Amino acid sequence: MIELENVSYSYGGGELLRDVSLQLQPGSFHFLTGPSGAGKTTLLKLCYGALLATSGRIAAFGEDIARLDRDQMALLRRRIGVVHQDCRFLDHMTLAENVALPLMVSGRADESHGADLAELLTWVGLGSRMDALPPELSGGERQRAALARAVILSPDVVLADEPTGNVDWEMSQRLMQLLIELNRMGKTVVIATHDLSLIRAAKSHVQARVLRISQRRLHLAGADL
Amino acid sequence: MIGQDIRTLLRRDTRADRVVPPTGFTAHLTLFVSGAMAFLAVFALALSLAAGRLADRWASELAGAATLRINAPVEQRAAQTQAALEVLKQTPGVASARALSAEEQAALLAPWFGPDLPLDTLPVPQLIEIIEGEPGLDTMGLRLRLAAEVPGAVLDDHSRWREPLVDAAHSLRRLGWISILLIGGATAAMITLAANASLAANAQIIEVLRQVGARDRFIAGAFVRRFTWRAFFGAVVGTILGLTGVLLLPEASDAGGFLTGLGFQGADWVLPAVIPVLGAAVAFAATWSAARRKLKELS
Repeated sequence: MIELENVSYSYGGGELLRDVSLQLQPGSFHFLTGPSGAGKTTLLKLCYGALLATSGRIAAFGEDIARLDRDQMALLRRRIGVVHQDCRFLDHMTLAENVALPLMVSGRADESHGADLAELLTWVGLGSRMDALPPELSGGERQRAALARAVILSPDVVLADEPTGNVDWEMSQRLMQLLIELNRMGKTVVIATHDLSLIRAAKSHVQARVLRISQRRLHLAGADL
Repeated sequence: MIGQDIRTLLRRDTRADRVVPPTGFTAHLTLFVSGAMAFLAVFALALSLAAGRLADRWASELAGAATLRINAPVEQRAAQTQAALEVLKQTPGVASARALSAEEQAALLAPWFGPDLPLDTLPVPQLIEIIEGEPGLDTMGLRLRLAAEVPGAVLDDHSRWREPLVDAAHSLRRLGWISILLIGGATAAMITLAANASLAANAQIIEVLRQVGARDRFIAGAFVRRFTWRAFFGAVVGTILGLTGVLLLPEASDAGGFLTGLGFQGADWVLPAVIPVLGAAVAFAATWSAARRKLKELS
């Protein structure tokens, strides 16, 4: 589905990732961990084409990402839902409009999406906040809204970058539960997090592969997790 | 295909258009610039059309006529006038020729000397009006013949002062069109600046749209529609104000000369309706080009 072969990435003269190889199989669940600044976000960005590898090859759904033009890249991103740590929204649009944004940009906003949207927002626990503006939302609400937006097009892959970074333990468990549910629906899920307790808690509910970035390289994490 | 693309881009899509925040100084700038430029374009168009009419009128009215002046002593004037008329009657290309009456000559001089001018006491030459016909007047040949047969005759075919006037009117017309082109260029430049500012100010929004799978076409379309419609509405207001200004100008009259004829006549009144459309087209092209460039930069 997404495959990285000997990928290295450098920026500003410094190498951030070296010789990384990774295969994300359909329906798999991955945790990506490592200390802050290790390159977790960079690796996720490489997976959905926000960054291009300095060397090596990244293929998504059989296509070499480096060869895609901007239009093809846009189509690729409709198949990969991304939850950002900072949950970027359009502040002048309501929560419902923000969540429906992928439908709008892909020309599917007319497909009687109203009911589906309400159902999705209810699933993430935001059914009553549809008309709220993003600045009115709490950290947990923003994270759940970002998750709803990431999955509204029913993507094959969901990449979540520190999705529980700004929320309390209870909310982080709720978010994890949503991501595990997505995985059970057949989605490939990758979660970048430095929170090892979250990984330990999740591992009892899902068959997950834990990968650690250290010294600019990607390793399979040990049994200590 | 391109026409369909343009229609798709311009079709109002209130939901898609909402991705660009509705306010900001670029909105006011676009409205003001397109309005002001349309206002100026109306006057440039009026100037150009009026100058064109003037050039045509001067060229056609004066080209078909000539004047023969008999500068002879009073006792010979009638005989030379008669001789000149005889010559003219036999000259090919002269449709008609007639000596102006004393009253007509007095009327011509009235603006300078008043209505009670005693023409007989002054050495005023006799004027003969010549109307040209087919196959056209050979002025050189006529001058030679008149020199031989009517020594006091001086032929004025008006070309000496008609040509500079017609040239001046043509130059004015050209200036009018150049002004319209400059106005279009300035509008394009200002709207490009405004679009660039808007795109830069909304870089984060563009990033979010890209992350959720928006194509450049969708993003550019939202900006293009916004700027095109704003420019159109601004230009409509500017054109209406410009036309009101033209309507308030004095009516064309002979007494007022060229300046009072600075306006639209007949079907010309339809032409200003094209200004908002052209303004919108300029805004469309400027914003589309700016958006494509900026989106490439941001990728």
